[in-house]
Amino acid sequence: MIEVDSINSFYGKAQILNDLSFSIAAGEVVSILGRNGAGKTTTLKSIMQLVRPRTGSVKFNGTEVVGSPPYKVAKMGLGYVPEERRIFTDLTILENMEVGRQPAREGVPEWSVDLLFELFPNLSERRNNRGKALSGGEQQMLTIARTMMGNPTCLLLDEPSEGIAPVIVEQMAETIMQIKKQRLTVVLSEQNLHFARLVADRAIIIEGGQKRFDGTFAELDAQPEIQEKYLSV
Amino acid sequence: MGLFVAQLLTGLANAATLFLVASGLSLIFGVTRIVNFAHGSFYMLGAFIGYSLMQVLPGMFGFWVSVLLAGLAVGVIGVIVEILVLRPVYKAPELFQLVATFGVILVIQDLALLTWGADDVLGPRAPGLKGIVRVLGEPVPKYDLALIAITPFILFGLWYLIAKTRLGILVRAATQDREMVGALGVNQAWLFTGVFFLGATLAGLGGAIQLPKGGADLLMDFNILAAIFVVVVIGGMGSLPGAYVAAALISILNVFGVTYLPQSTLVLMFVVMAVVLMIKPYGLFGREEVAGEHGQVGEPERPIKPAGIAVRLLVAFGIFLLALLPWFGSDFAQVLTADVIIFCLFAASLHFILGLGGLVSFGHAAFFGGGAYVAALLVSYLQTPMEVAFLLAPIGAGFAAFIIGWLCMRLTGVYFAMLTLAFAQLIWSLVYQWGEFTGGDDGLVDIWPAAWLNGTTPYYYFTLFFGIGGILILRHVAHSPFGYALRASRDSARQAEATGINTKRIQWAAFTFAGALAGLSGALFVFSKGSVFPTELEIGRSFDALIVIFLGGVKTLSGAVVGGASLEYAKDFLTRFEYWRLTLGLIIIFVVIVAPEGISGTMRKMAERVGIIRGREGDS
Repeated sequence: MIEVDSINSFYGKAQILNDLSFSIAAGEVVSILGRNGAGKTTTLKSIMQLVRPRTGSVKFNGTEVVGSPPYKVAKMGLGYVPEERRIFTDLTILENMEVGRQPAREGVPEWSVDLLFELFPNLSERRNNRGKALSGGEQQMLTIARTMMGNPTCLLLDEPSEGIAPVIVEQMAETIMQIKKQRLTVVLSEQNLHFARLVADRAIIIEGGQKRFDGTFAELDAQPEIQEKYLSV
Repeated sequence: MGLFVAQLLTGLANAATLFLVASGLSLIFGVTRIVNFAHGSFYMLGAFIGYSLMQVLPGMFGFWVSVLLAGLAVGVIGVIVEILVLRPVYKAPELFQLVATFGVILVIQDLALLTWGADDVLGPRAPGLKGIVRVLGEPVPKYDLALIAITPFILFGLWYLIAKTRLGILVRAATQDREMVGALGVNQAWLFTGVFFLGATLAGLGGAIQLPKGGADLLMDFNILAAIFVVVVIGGMGSLPGAYVAAALISILNVFGVTYLPQSTLVLMFVVMAVVLMIKPYGLFGREEVAGEHGQVGEPERPIKPAGIAVRLLVAFGIFLLALLPWFGSDFAQVLTADVIIFCLFAASLHFILGLGGLVSFGHAAFFGGGAYVAALLVSYLQTPMEVAFLLAPIGAGFAAFIIGWLCMRLTGVYFAMLTLAFAQLIWSLVYQWGEFTGGDDGLVDIWPAAWLNGTTPYYYFTLFFGIGGILILRHVAHSPFGYALRASRDSARQAEATGINTKRIQWAAFTFAGALAGLSGALFVFSKGSVFPTELEIGRSFDALIVIFLGGVKTLSGAVVGGASLEYAKDFLTRFEYWRLTLGLIIIFVVIVAPEGISGTMRKMAERVGIIRGREGDS
């Protein structure tokens, strides 16, 4: 579904991604793991074209996306949930979700406000509250709900477990499992190996903008030195 | 009582136009973060197009259809401007777009002159609403009452559009985080264009709807500009109810001002604005602007470094050539070059606070004109010797900057810019309306230099010495520890404060210093011309300096000087032609689009590419 082929991404003159390649199959849940500054967020942004890779190719369902503006990538069916949440704090929950709304898409179930409120009951109670009145966990849920309104076929989740209470993290894992049941492909970046293991089928470890490991969690467990080298703090 | 009510109604009727135009400006700013200086031009076009349509379409129906069509036509013009001029520069540094919109003003001025001629046109009376109605015995035009009745519907319609429709939700979301709106599948380019269409349409409607009251002329673009900025700022940027309340407030104050304080009509508006901003820094209904909330666009600032040997030699050679000018140049060349040097010093002093301090001031003319007036007043009233007056001018301008800076420092960004504009306008309107003391529109004349400087060549050397000297001092200070602190305050106020820099005080000091040097250029100016008029304090003078800084390159030290020299010589050349505004406007737009780094910045990039000077890797 996603083919990333030797991309090099930069911020100004600083190179963040270095010949990074991997592929994601339809229906997979893959976690991109790595320390702070390893290039996880840039990887997701490079798929979404929020950062344009200087060289290399990113194909989504066989179509090249490098060079397309982010809104076109979103319309192809890629849903992006940013790390810093970035909800529209002056808009109500319902209005936030309206911004993300896109027409139904073939092959995936159509989401509606009501369906998403079933998935996130907390949001339902506060549907007319402004974004700035929400807690961190609620904001995180709203970003996911907002992106789901676009009926994506593939979801890019940037560190969904970061900065929220452990109880909510479990709830978040539950939600991702539910989304997975709807035949969605999910790519999530994580620092939290425990959380990644809970929801993902496969792990890709990056460090210094390069891929260091790509395989199942069973394979990762068989190589404790990799964990030691690239994940332990 | 009757008179009071009648005046209240007149004020409210005038508010209709002001609200329409200002709400359009506010919407455009809210979403695109562009301060659209060309908004007054859209208003003027609405008036002229409406006038032409009304000649063709008869009767009451024709009148209102003309108003609507004029609005839509201006909306389409707005879209053309957005697509052709602004889209290419959205990624340019913040506030860069305003230079492009200034180019648009010039182009539209000449196009309007070409199309409708130089004569003012009298607006047709609205059919069916020609008479008056007696309100408590006082006559009130029927058309005024119609305007008062219509405005709330327009306000409601706009409010509904913004608050309740999907378009409105997207617009508000984009106001906060454009990139995220794009990542959610919304083509924000068209959202921007749509907002520009709406904003320009509102301005056009405002222009057409005021025809029966005011007609159309070629000066109305600048005449309304200050008022709509004041309205938007008092109401709060991006707030529609705010724009309405502020438009009503300003219009009513204006009507009463004309009756009771005829000498202060212009001053009043800016006094109200200054007071509101000092009490509520983000306007009556505005929201606090959080620095960096909208994401800094453009490249990060590059460090500047003292000039190398090659550049120093080049500059020394340039000064040497300038010193030789009286030997090979005519008197005219000397006067023109002196004008250029004076203007360059003025622009360089603005660049000091804008480029190095990150403080965008829209009112720097206050200190240029201020310095000129200080010297002129001293000479006129106290027969002060020229040398003393010349010395006191920068001190006086610096003192004014000290006070104004203190009042403005609490604000940042566009609000800071607007408050500086308000104070500059305040000083301008004081000078303009206090005729007995300042000479008003007639200015102050007979302000000649001392005998030993009387003559083109001696005064040319005097200008060369103080002008170049001032510019070199600015450069020197930029590389002093004070300059480092100033740049640190610009790039990261918080981190600068954490290292023990009192950023506000540093910026205040820089503002004062820049004001004093602008005053120095004003003093050079007044003694070279022998007279001074209120135009030296006008918005236009402040904008001149802003434009050359952006054209020259805001991120380079030499930008102000290069831009200043280019613009002054270009103007001298172009003003010989009839449609020089059109040409200059197109040149400005062209430079903005092809060389968003400015002339100086672009030349440096080219020099780096071919290896004349070393690039960023060479910086330590």
